[in-house]
Amino acid sequence: MGYNIGVRLIEDFLARSNVGRCNDFRETADVISKLGFKMYLGITPVVSNWSPAGDEFSLLIENNPLTDFVELPPGHSQLNFSNLLCGVIKGALEMIQMDVDVKFVQDILKGDNITEIRLKFLRRLEDAIPVGED
Amino acid sequence: MTVYSLYVFDRTGTCLYYTEWNRKKHSDIARDEEFKLMYGMIYSIKSFVNRISPTDLKDGFLNFKTNRYKLNFYETASGMKFIMTTDLTVGNIRDVLHQIYSNIYLEYVVRNPLCELGQPISSELFHTKLDEYVRGLPIFPTRIS
Repeated sequence: MGYNIGVRLIEDFLARSNVGRCNDFRETADVISKLGFKMYLGITPVVSNWSPAGDEFSLLIENNPLTDFVELPPGHSQLNFSNLLCGVIKGALEMIQMDVDVKFVQDILKGDNITEIRLKFLRRLEDAIPVGED
Repeated sequence: MTVYSLYVFDRTGTCLYYTEWNRKKHSDIARDEEFKLMYGMIYSIKSFVNRISPTDLKDGFLNFKTNRYKLNFYETASGMKFIMTTDLTVGNIRDVLHQIYSNIYLEYVVRNPLCELGQPISSELFHTKLDEYVRGLPIFPTRIS
C-alpha cells in the first residue's frame, strides 16, 4: 500500500528539492527525514538505531499527523494504521535504484511510546539494459 | 539557434515521448528503431564516460557535438532521461531540460492520474504546454537554412 504514491511522489520530490544522488545510506536517511517528511508531512522524524553495518536505521516519529484523533477500533489492535508510509518510502526509493525493506516496529496507536519505522537497505538496482544489447 | 527534437525516456528505456520542431532530415529507419538506437547509444556513452573517467563523476555525460548538431542530455536521479538535439550555437541547456522535467513533465504527467507512468505520453495538455515552452525559449528562433 502506498507504493504507487511513492513512485509518483519521488518525481515531485526530485524536481522540488533538487537534491542530487546520495553518496551513502546515511545521507539518504537524512534526506528522507529532513527533506521528504518535512516537505510532505511537515514533520522531521529522528533518524536513529543504526545497525553496525550502516544498512539499517529507524525513523522515530513523535507526532504522526496521519494519526491525529485516531484510535484503533476494538478487534484491530494490531493494525498498522500508517502502513501507507512504508509503501510510499519503498516506492520512492525503488525509483532511485534502491531496494529497501520498510516496516513498522512500534506505533503509538498500539500503545508504544513512539512510532518507529525501520528501513533496511537490501541492494542497489541497476540501470535497465537496452533491449538487444548485452 | 534552433531546437530540432526532444526525446523523453523513462528508467526502463521506453521512449515516453518524442517530438520535433525544425528537423529537416529523417533517418531511414522506423521511429521505434530510432528510439532503441538512441537509448542504446546513450546507455553506452554513459557507461563509457563513467568507466573512462579518472575521478568519480557527478553528472557524467552532458552533451556531444557533431559538425551539424548538438545533443544535450539530462538525467534525473529517478532515471528519467531528457534528450534534446539543437544546433551548434546553443550553449548549456541543462536548466531548460530540468524545467521541462519539473514544470511540464511533473505538472502534466506525474500529477495527472490519467497518465500511466511508464507508458508513452498521449496527453494533449502535456504536448501543448511543452510546445509552448520550447517555442518560447530564447534558443528557439528559427533560422531557415
